[in-house]
Amino acid sequence: MQPFRTHAGKVAPVDRPNVDTDQIIPKQFLKRIERTGYGQFLFYDWRFTADGKPNPAFVLNEPKYAGASILVAGKNFGCGSSREHAPWALLDYGFRSIIAPSFADIFFNNCTKNGILPVVLREQEVIELIERAQHPGYQLTVDLEKKRVWDKAGFAASFSIDDFKRKCLLEGLDDIALTLQHESLITAHEDRSRV
Amino acid sequence: MSSPQTLFEKIWDRHVVRAAAGEPALLYIDLHLVHEVTSPQAFEGLRLAGRRVRRPELTFATVDHNLPTIAADRQVIRDPISAQQVSTLRQNCQEFGISLFDVDSPDQGIVHVIGPELGLTQPGRTIVCGDSHTSTHGAFGALAFGIGTSEVEHVLATQCLWQQKPRTMQVKVNGTLPSGVTAKDVALGIIGTIGTDGATGYVVEYAGDAVRSLSMEGRMTLCNMSIEAGARAGMIAADETTVQYLRDRRFAPKGSDWDQAVAGWKNLHSDPGAKFDRVVELDAAQLAPAVTWGTNPGMVVPVTERVPDPARLSSESDRRSAQRALEYMGLQAGTAMQEINVDRVFIGSCTNARLEDLRAAAKVVKGYKVSPKVQALVVPGSQAVKRAAESENLDQLFRSAGFEWRESGCSMCLGMNPDILQPLQRCASTSNRNFEGRQGARGRTHLVSPEMAAAAAIAGHFVDVRKWEYRD
Repeated sequence: MQPFRTHAGKVAPVDRPNVDTDQIIPKQFLKRIERTGYGQFLFYDWRFTADGKPNPAFVLNEPKYAGASILVAGKNFGCGSSREHAPWALLDYGFRSIIAPSFADIFFNNCTKNGILPVVLREQEVIELIERAQHPGYQLTVDLEKKRVWDKAGFAASFSIDDFKRKCLLEGLDDIALTLQHESLITAHEDRSRV
Repeated sequence: MSSPQTLFEKIWDRHVVRAAAGEPALLYIDLHLVHEVTSPQAFEGLRLAGRRVRRPELTFATVDHNLPTIAADRQVIRDPISAQQVSTLRQNCQEFGISLFDVDSPDQGIVHVIGPELGLTQPGRTIVCGDSHTSTHGAFGALAFGIGTSEVEHVLATQCLWQQKPRTMQVKVNGTLPSGVTAKDVALGIIGTIGTDGATGYVVEYAGDAVRSLSMEGRMTLCNMSIEAGARAGMIAADETTVQYLRDRRFAPKGSDWDQAVAGWKNLHSDPGAKFDRVVELDAAQLAPAVTWGTNPGMVVPVTERVPDPARLSSESDRRSAQRALEYMGLQAGTAMQEINVDRVFIGSCTNARLEDLRAAAKVVKGYKVSPKVQALVVPGSQAVKRAAESENLDQLFRSAGFEWRESGCSMCLGMNPDILQPLQRCASTSNRNFEGRQGARGRTHLVSPEMAAAAAIAGHFVDVRKWEYRD
């Protein structure tokens, strides 16, 4: 997994609450057997019109958001299906960090397994960022080491994330290798509970 | 004396392999269910790292999401990418030594229907699957939750998962459910009350007389929808209903092992005085048959009400999303729910495709015909459900009323197979998600109980099933 330490990039807002993983990547694109190549399908039904043309009304199609790598969105982002294709699509499209007032549990976990940093900020802070992101070229820095988000125009906020997930992201750890270091404990549990 | 524990805490404690300050717990997983959509990249990861499956005998696979439900289309799947996903699972199960209930198996079915049916789902177990509706299995007093593909790979390789201990919530449904009000209506009632993120970060234990009196099928429906309130898992303590359901199931313990297991299950309940982080209480008598009007399961009203007016919602964000939902759904605020016509009816999915669901729908259908304006589909949750229903002639009853009777699978719940809505079609569906495009691009989904879906198929619009005239 690609480590995440600090990331500076352009910000795109998706100003909607409860963005579910069916919207992030619709079901017809879950049939591939690879982890890569999903970016082209990100937010497909919102990004494209029924005839397959880019929908000019959707925020990511606005030229000023081309190349954005930080997504700011409403509460309960990533709810619904457990599909890891959702973070795969976000990452493949170019997003390294998602900022929202809250996330669905499974989606949050899935992000951290793929080098994407989900950042929980207060609702007022997110509203502020969505407003600031209306300005073309608006950039943020997301710093996992300091657990802070800031811009060059006076916005600064800190966030919390559990130490274990932070460590895994900072170091890009393969957590299977980490778990296998506890092999003897796993075996002991199996013997004890006869599973 | 140890302090009183919740059911969740008891199961959690028994499965912690390692706990250290500042770390999540390493939790042992007793049962891992696998399907074709969320597993290929996990097996590929194992191969690339030269890893094996640690406990193939605790791992069971089936094909459900991609499978067509028309018998003639199942052996050779026309969609080449679907076919590849199914054949990839077949190869992976063979290579890694995992039991697969394949398309031609008499045990094939939706993963959350067959686990309980085969007796794999048991009280006290930790159960995971790369599927958010794994919460279904909590109906047996198990700790069951959905995981992503990286975690599927992790469980395959280690039989464990790193888990931050969730908070606990008790949802108590007091009193007796009125006639015509089902487990589905309880689930939708709860989500309507606490919201689609109301239980995020929590494991929910359902309790109260109305929950206790539910059958295992009803309990599965209720736990299934836990994820729609954001819950990590939903669970119901095992009791005599659970024991009776599991007795003699294929993978249930036998002989003296059975007696020992049952004795152990008796202790698997929240102790008197056990503390929950949050308690929510509902009065069963206040619940009514529910119909969703919007694009998430929290956008729901009793069938006797009207489409809500977004302008009356309290926050700007809620007003905007309700307005957006109405536009997507093609509905006007103030329209009576019972005046909304449907084009399609889907009775199926891991929420409502068990024998009891089909029986309940059949009871409504008996003596009636499907409205000529409606295309209606019944998709049993498993081959076993299908056989049982056919032995009661439910297939004939549905067919002669104008329903299609299909083979088992996820079908129109999520549109990964040929069963999809056409753009702008409106569907009364017994599934679990009314998200935009879930049942097909631009399709419009209204979530309801099997009884309500059956009644809508006949009337051509939503009706209050409490007033249904049953014909025997």
